[in-house]
Amino acid sequence: MHIDWATLLDIAIVAAAAALAVVLLLAFALVGLSMRTRHHADGADNAASAEPRPAVGVAVAVLCLFAACLIVGYGLYLIVA
Amino acid sequence: MYVSLIVVVVVLTALIFDFTNGFHDTANAMATSIATGALRPRVAVAIAGVLNLVGAFLSVQVAKTISGGLVDETLINPVVIFAGLVGAILWNLTTWYLGLPSSSSHALFGGLIGATWVAGGVDAIHFNAVLNKVIVPAVVSPLLAAVIALCVTYLAYRVTKRGAPGVISRGFRMGQTVSASMVALAHGTNDAQKTMGVITLTLITAGLLAPGSAPPFWVVASAGLAIALGTAMGGWRIIRTLGKRVSDIQPVQGFTADTTSAAVILTSSHLGLPLSTTQVCTGSIFGVSAGRRLASVNWGVAGRIVLAWSFTLPSAAVVGAAASWLAATGTTGVLVVALSGVALASGIYLASRRSAVTADNVTEVPQPAAVHLTV
Repeated sequence: MHIDWATLLDIAIVAAAAALAVVLLLAFALVGLSMRTRHHADGADNAASAEPRPAVGVAVAVLCLFAACLIVGYGLYLIVA
Repeated sequence: MYVSLIVVVVVLTALIFDFTNGFHDTANAMATSIATGALRPRVAVAIAGVLNLVGAFLSVQVAKTISGGLVDETLINPVVIFAGLVGAILWNLTTWYLGLPSSSSHALFGGLIGATWVAGGVDAIHFNAVLNKVIVPAVVSPLLAAVIALCVTYLAYRVTKRGAPGVISRGFRMGQTVSASMVALAHGTNDAQKTMGVITLTLITAGLLAPGSAPPFWVVASAGLAIALGTAMGGWRIIRTLGKRVSDIQPVQGFTADTTSAAVILTSSHLGLPLSTTQVCTGSIFGVSAGRRLASVNWGVAGRIVLAWSFTLPSAAVVGAAASWLAATGTTGVLVVALSGVALASGIYLASRRSAVTADNVTEVPQPAAVHLTV
């Protein structure tokens, strides 16, 4: 009996890294976008609080989404090619 | 004359198998999107159908062997393929009736093993290959997907705790439409190709195509259409099991399940050790369910699914063996097998109508009959 454990380990590592990256990038992007909502809800009085400003949140969201799209695009390339 | 008849019968049976493969596997890509409301049921299965058709045209590399080396290929003739397909179709319909996800590839392998066993004896089966290519991956792939999905879900919940719940769940729902589509596309490139391989190799065996030929256009188109139609019909019974019975799936979990499945399927087929789509997707769904709260998983359903998986190969093999034995007697035998298959399939369909699951009631889970008495 010969089981290709090395390939299975490779699959486990690559798949785990890809899934973790995509899910966490989207999670961070949405947390970033949440800052905008929270800022609106709190009103302008709390502008001086320790919360990061919504613009920072949106910038983080855009970066994270872009990175996630790159990974998904590579997956699509693997299917098509 | 006999050869042409059996070839026609095999092509038709292969397309029917492809169709059952489609509606059996809709749940893999779409169960969680339907459960979380990311996509309306009919829209979800339509998208999955179209992507399966696209996938069928994207990958037309013919399989080199029908059974993937599980049996002595020289003993495989159109009658054996026909018998194997009948075994696989009937097992697919049975598990669909029970609402249990099970691998169509394993059903096909089981059918072929049974049919070849009858045609060439026990020595024609390569048990070592069965262990390495079917049994070990069947154990490893759901566990692998489940562990990855569990860890990622746990971390995703930790990260999103700081966000606004409305934004988080809307965002993950939108993400699900993309991740579910990736799974559907990957499925089309893998599974439609399987039927194309069976048809093309049958045509080569019958001398209608030169050895090593690529599948003719009509084979690609009909196999793609059969799996797409099957997918678009929606295997609602299995969608309900995976989307609603395993656990109450939330958008974060749905996205994580689809992403994990797509990552595992793409990585494994790219590294040359393709794992069963059904088993990977089922594993992911259990993983994400356990990642939120261990107690939220309905382990009874997990037990039934594992039981169905362990029976897939032997059950399809028994039907394949019986069909092979009958069909080998000649044209009458083939007709008897075909008619019995149609009768059994109709019976299963009629039985399913008594408790029909459709696009309208797929997300409603009937309450168990147990009465909770509170004082």
